[in-house]
Amino acid sequence: MGIIEKVSGPLVVAKDMLGSNMYDVVKVGKSSLIGEIIQLKGESAVIQVYEDTTGLKPGEPVESTGLPLSVKLGPGLLGNIYDGIQRPLKLLERQSGAFIGRGMAAEPLSKSKKWKFVHNKDVKSGSTVGEGDILGHVQETDFIKHQIMVPHGVSGKIGRLESGEFTVDEVIAEVHDGSKAHKVTLAQQRSVRKAMRVRRKFRADEPLITGQRIIDTLFPIAKGGTASIPGPFGAGKTVLQQAMAKYADSDIVVYIGCGERGNEMTDVLTEFPELKDPKTGRPLMERTVLVANTSNMPVAAREASIYTGITIAEYYRDMGYDVAIMADSTSRWAEAMREISARLEEMPGEEGYPAYLPKRLAEYYERSGKVENLNGTVGSVTIIGAVSPPGGDISEPVSQGTLRVVKTFWSLDASLAGSRHFPAINWLSSYSLYTNALEYWYEKNVGKEFTDGRKEAMKLLQREAELKDIVQLVGEDALPDSEKMLLEIGRMLREDYLRQSAFDDIDAYSSLKKQDAMLRTMLHFAKLANDAVKRGANVSSIISTKSRTEISRMKAVRDGEIESAAKKIINLTDSEFAALLKEIDAGADTAKEEAKRNK
Amino acid sequence: MKLDIKYNTIESVAGPLVVVGKVKSAAYNEIVRIRLGSGEERLGQVLETSDQHAVVQVFGPTNGIDVKNTSVSFLGETFTVRASEDMLGRVFDGQGRPKDGSGMMLRGEKRDINGEPINPASRAMPSDFIETGISTIDGLNTLVRGQKLPLFSGSGLPHNELTAQITRQARVKGSNENFAVVFAGIGITYDDAGYFIGEFRKTGAMKRTVSFINLADDPSIERIITPRLALTTAEHLAYDRGMHVLVILNDMTNYAEALRELSSAREEVPGRRGYPGYMYTDFAGIYERAGILKGKKGSITQLNVVTMPSDDVTHPIPDLTGYITEGQMFLSRELFNKGIYPPVNPLGSLSRLMNSGIGKGKTREDHRGVADQLYGAYARAQDAKALSSIVGVEALSESDRRYLNFGNEFEGRFVMQGPYESRDIEQTLSIGWDLLSELPESELTRIKEEYVKKYYGKLGHNGEKR
Repeated sequence: MGIIEKVSGPLVVAKDMLGSNMYDVVKVGKSSLIGEIIQLKGESAVIQVYEDTTGLKPGEPVESTGLPLSVKLGPGLLGNIYDGIQRPLKLLERQSGAFIGRGMAAEPLSKSKKWKFVHNKDVKSGSTVGEGDILGHVQETDFIKHQIMVPHGVSGKIGRLESGEFTVDEVIAEVHDGSKAHKVTLAQQRSVRKAMRVRRKFRADEPLITGQRIIDTLFPIAKGGTASIPGPFGAGKTVLQQAMAKYADSDIVVYIGCGERGNEMTDVLTEFPELKDPKTGRPLMERTVLVANTSNMPVAAREASIYTGITIAEYYRDMGYDVAIMADSTSRWAEAMREISARLEEMPGEEGYPAYLPKRLAEYYERSGKVENLNGTVGSVTIIGAVSPPGGDISEPVSQGTLRVVKTFWSLDASLAGSRHFPAINWLSSYSLYTNALEYWYEKNVGKEFTDGRKEAMKLLQREAELKDIVQLVGEDALPDSEKMLLEIGRMLREDYLRQSAFDDIDAYSSLKKQDAMLRTMLHFAKLANDAVKRGANVSSIISTKSRTEISRMKAVRDGEIESAAKKIINLTDSEFAALLKEIDAGADTAKEEAKRNK
Repeated sequence: MKLDIKYNTIESVAGPLVVVGKVKSAAYNEIVRIRLGSGEERLGQVLETSDQHAVVQVFGPTNGIDVKNTSVSFLGETFTVRASEDMLGRVFDGQGRPKDGSGMMLRGEKRDINGEPINPASRAMPSDFIETGISTIDGLNTLVRGQKLPLFSGSGLPHNELTAQITRQARVKGSNENFAVVFAGIGITYDDAGYFIGEFRKTGAMKRTVSFINLADDPSIERIITPRLALTTAEHLAYDRGMHVLVILNDMTNYAEALRELSSAREEVPGRRGYPGYMYTDFAGIYERAGILKGKKGSITQLNVVTMPSDDVTHPIPDLTGYITEGQMFLSRELFNKGIYPPVNPLGSLSRLMNSGIGKGKTREDHRGVADQLYGAYARAQDAKALSSIVGVEALSESDRRYLNFGNEFEGRFVMQGPYESRDIEQTLSIGWDLLSELPESELTRIKEEYVKKYYGKLGHNGEKR
């Protein structure tokens, strides 16, 4: 038992702490605030407290729990909302009302709810099991079979093995390791700061389909991959993250609201239960776990929230699921680190951030991956992190530290956002290093035409940007018709393909089938338009064709009708251009005749 | 009782900070009373406490504090305010002391001014459209009840007039519910304070208003508590009394500067431009106190003024604010110089909660599309304008010229309106359609086809020509 020596904001120094370990969780003061040891100096310990320290005095007791910061994992996580140290917010609300009081404690998983546990057929009393092995399962939701695994650090022969209805804390099996019998319950504890061991990591080979055209088509992310979304405020980071949380084709989504707005979490909480998972048709909330440590909640718990989230994600990955993490925003996490580092009077690195910031960022993103788990299943954790660079300038340490490790970069652009072009992902500065690795998958599952189309579209957009630079100098009228046409095609791709409304019922989600059909139609139009211009058609008559208008309305076409709509538009394009060319030829003939007559 | 112990052990005084020695157990954030040799009393707050000394931040000047004659007593509680309905119609100073000659507040429960974070699971999603009568706000960046929306302004721009106009005109359609205004003047001039109080008096809003005024020459440290007093009062009115409270914090830049002053006095490692690294968290503790709670009748809407130093939106104060608030209104010097009032530039402005407050049943079904289309067209007009300044108007394509023209019409008819002119949402949308109808129908791709059919080309359909 230690004694408080000093209090300064979220930091507390306690003496007589001999025997406690680094990163042990401690209870601070008479109201038992939760904290974590982050520095040891002789007999005194520096503790970061996860709650407001107002009223704390020197002389009050400090008690170590002897355990590192951990989360409780078991059935009942899905659909829940937790704070940064896994206190269930709905339960806290019942205990202390709308405002979060201090020293509150609540069990993360319901202690009374019974779950039906069925052990696997090949698991018997007497069989040998190791860490991570699956003993049986609980049906957590209609679509998620929650595998019950042998906890970390436990292996040996199964003694007792039960089936039936249990609460999360009741023993369902015993594992003897020769010297000791370990009790296994439906729930287990895991330390949050350590990555769970895996057998091996695979190379990314399958995309995470997000339903966002610019992402899936131009800058895809792999299952088990990493992506970063840096952007100034108002560029749409959160809307994009939420759209992906809704439509990404992962089995589980962990959404971490780290130091962000309270109303954003409310938005998720009100909307997700009513939205349907496009894959299973079940309410989205059934596959979602929310970790919400909003900006006004204690800063140390904000630092922990990122780890709480990923540990939950790893847990479901270990069952063989594809999990996607939305971390919004990693900058707030870094700022929490900076705040604590400054209070520790550590020598600051760049912009006051601690020198270990890049290492922490890298360690975090390395917890992603498509892996073979210890129990032989294959699962993945995809991390999509938002970054909020001050003033939108990504030369700052958090953006730079992130970009060194992530493989996909969706660069949000303030000027696109200003003209309400959403998602405001800049197609010139963004990149995905998975494009090549995923090409095979796309060719096999969507088609060669699509992968070629992607390259073609990218080329057209690049070309358009170059032309726009010229237009800035000489004006559009000075360009030849063929280049004017290119500008119009660029506009079509930008406005009618890349732009996508997250708030429109139909447009919010674009299946790959729809993306393929839209891209094919547009590129077909582009090709005919270019040819027509070469043969003398004028640009304005091309863009005022009916097919051009139809193309701009393709977004609003439902998934089921997209194939026939595409076919119709392609046919219309063909006939309209044929007519156009005929007119030109006719015009040319009359001109010739006239010339002849004049002679 | 702790009150009785007086410490005569001041070790040092530096800036707004006083270090008191031989203090065994001062609580973190506890309030202290400092009695000067002259008998004058000041309040302070414990910023750091150890078993040897306490670091105290003094609310007020530190002149007159000496090491020998000044004594310090610890009050055993945090900074509180007695909040009650009696405060309506009253004016207080930046520390919550009456400034209007009437008596002290005696009724009401003492409330900690720092408040407690709202549980995200207890919030209700704001979705009641507030009609401000200002087209560029209602039409393009709709404000909803429970939102926090700052005005990003600059020195010399009419943010005070706009704030006053919004306060005067804002209403929720079809509701006659209890409303109140809590005004916090943070480091504002005597003139500005007088303007607001005068406006409140003139429009009869005064009896529904609580004002806390910290003037520019009042102690800057006091600015740390002024917005918190205002918000604590607002929380009482909203959540205990069921009122819809509009909180105006004017000006948050002065608040941030006080924060920096305090931080540098504490010799903390500075973040960007000398502002403390925890400024984001500190701002959040203020801005996040807006909202609506499930099961409670009232709401807190925040309208904050942030003057951007040298009009720089990437300056840490507007930057961190924008990351927390639900959008921003961007006042533009360019528009102001053109004589356009209110000079709200739609391109830098944003309301994040707009979507939950508009549409069928709230404003009108075509609202989203009209807003998007106006945005897109105005953005194109800006491109065309930039281009024309290089190549001349003659070299522009016909379509660019059309947009250039649209841009001017938009600024002159949609954005510009009188400080006492209130337009309802129907009016705002029909002006929008008037402008859009000058563009070819085929370019209105951001609006659903059915609405284009319904509204396009019906010039002035809502009455005569404006």
